[in-house]
Amino acid sequence: MLMQPVIKVTDLRKNYGGLRAVDGIDFEIGRGECFGLLGPNGAGKTTTVKMLTCALPLSGGDITVEGMSVNKDPRGIKYILGVCPQEVNLDPDFSVLKNLIVYSRYFDIPYDEAKKRAEELISRFHLHDKLDRPIEDLSGGLKKRLLMARALINKPKVLILDEPTTGLDPQSRRQIWEEVRGMKNNGLTTLLTTHYIEEAELLCDRLVIVDAGKIVEQGTPKQLIDKHLAGKGNLEDVFLKLTGKHLRDE
Amino acid sequence: MNNDFILKNVSYRALYMWRRNVDVSLVTWKTNVLPPLLEPVLYILAFGIGLGAYVQQINYAGRAYSYIAFMAPGMVAVGIMFHSTFDTMYGAFVRLRYQKTFEAIITTPLSAEDILAGEILSGATKGVFAGAAILLIVTLFGLASYPSSLVILPLSVLAGLMFASFGLLFAALAPYIDNLNLPVFLFINPMFLFSGTFFPLDGMPAWVRLAANLLPLTHLVNITRAATFNRLTPALLWDLLYMLVLTAAIACLSIRKMKARLIK
Repeated sequence: MLMQPVIKVTDLRKNYGGLRAVDGIDFEIGRGECFGLLGPNGAGKTTTVKMLTCALPLSGGDITVEGMSVNKDPRGIKYILGVCPQEVNLDPDFSVLKNLIVYSRYFDIPYDEAKKRAEELISRFHLHDKLDRPIEDLSGGLKKRLLMARALINKPKVLILDEPTTGLDPQSRRQIWEEVRGMKNNGLTTLLTTHYIEEAELLCDRLVIVDAGKIVEQGTPKQLIDKHLAGKGNLEDVFLKLTGKHLRDE
Repeated sequence: MNNDFILKNVSYRALYMWRRNVDVSLVTWKTNVLPPLLEPVLYILAFGIGLGAYVQQINYAGRAYSYIAFMAPGMVAVGIMFHSTFDTMYGAFVRLRYQKTFEAIITTPLSAEDILAGEILSGATKGVFAGAAILLIVTLFGLASYPSSLVILPLSVLAGLMFASFGLLFAALAPYIDNLNLPVFLFINPMFLFSGTFFPLDGMPAWVRLAANLLPLTHLVNITRAATFNRLTPALLWDLLYMLVLTAAIACLSIRKMKARLIK
């Protein structure tokens, strides 16, 4: 489809016993694109992200990032990914600054360079007041900002944002959105998962809607609204039309 | 990723995990340094001087030693065991279950095997440090011969790796943190008491001696005691071999079991 996709997902599958958490997903992400993975809770978004970040083995299919397969060269992929996970997994044993420095060590970044990058990111994400504070002193919004800063410490070619604004107040959410847009303008390829439709509409060039492990629709936000609602309404109406209104299990 | 060869997936990056854990220990270094230095003093007072007043002498390989001299190398061995096992057992469990440390690191270039090998290395480091600290105290009390006692330092690296691997295995097998009481009760405490640490195994019934010889601590105590008494013999190579084989086996098993828990 795309000339040279940065990420190519082919017939991706993940089974847990009899449960098909991801049931044959295909998509491609082009360079510099912000691509959305939308779906209700339990749709298979995070499972897909975990397979992409080489944290979970595939039950079937393949994912390539810059031509490298998760099945063959997970390390090569992990060097060029920036991962901002859904759950906060900052290192509680270290301060804000030390979190970034220790994390950059995992990417073979020498100390001086790591310190320089960490200080840049700390000022960019407005964390300078908290430099020496332990993680437990940070609010939810600050933790998410630090997670995002950590995801950028290795100057990734691809950024993975797994529900980056879940549980945040509107101010923090807007700040994260601004950052994502800024990075997009700098040409960073981004995969964003969310169940905030407004977020996807605002940030994503293209998106897929996932439900029960399958892709139910794909296109640009505008294409989806035109196709399903004749241009009248918003993406949330499309989402509810496609995934139904019943409540989901977590 | 699904590769079963553990060594193939271990790289120099294991040292980054080791460094992470050492960095944490350095933040809280005061509480990490004092116990290995003070514990042996307590043991020497309680057992060496208290109990030693009643047990005048103990025979070891045809020679009589004071009780305190007999017990001292046992304390060094026990210190290595406790500090290495507990570091990986509780530390790795907490990092896996509560702190999500492994989950964060698995998306960096470290493999699961790098992370877990690093855990074993840092557990071993704690054991080596504790062993050296206790040996220092024992030496200050005049209870260690030199240069033969220097053997204990490289030996403590092997022993540290062995016990850290056991600790990681227990962490991997325990569904809840409270389950870790079980290996303490069934494995660590019996070793502490029945590995020739506080009394010689010679006088025990044959089945006790046989059981004791299956316990890894017994072999560490054998070599450590021979070293502090300057009585090292080639027969101790069997103890060394036992430790080497067991360490390799338990290290691989613990990494495999913990990886299965980390990557589902």
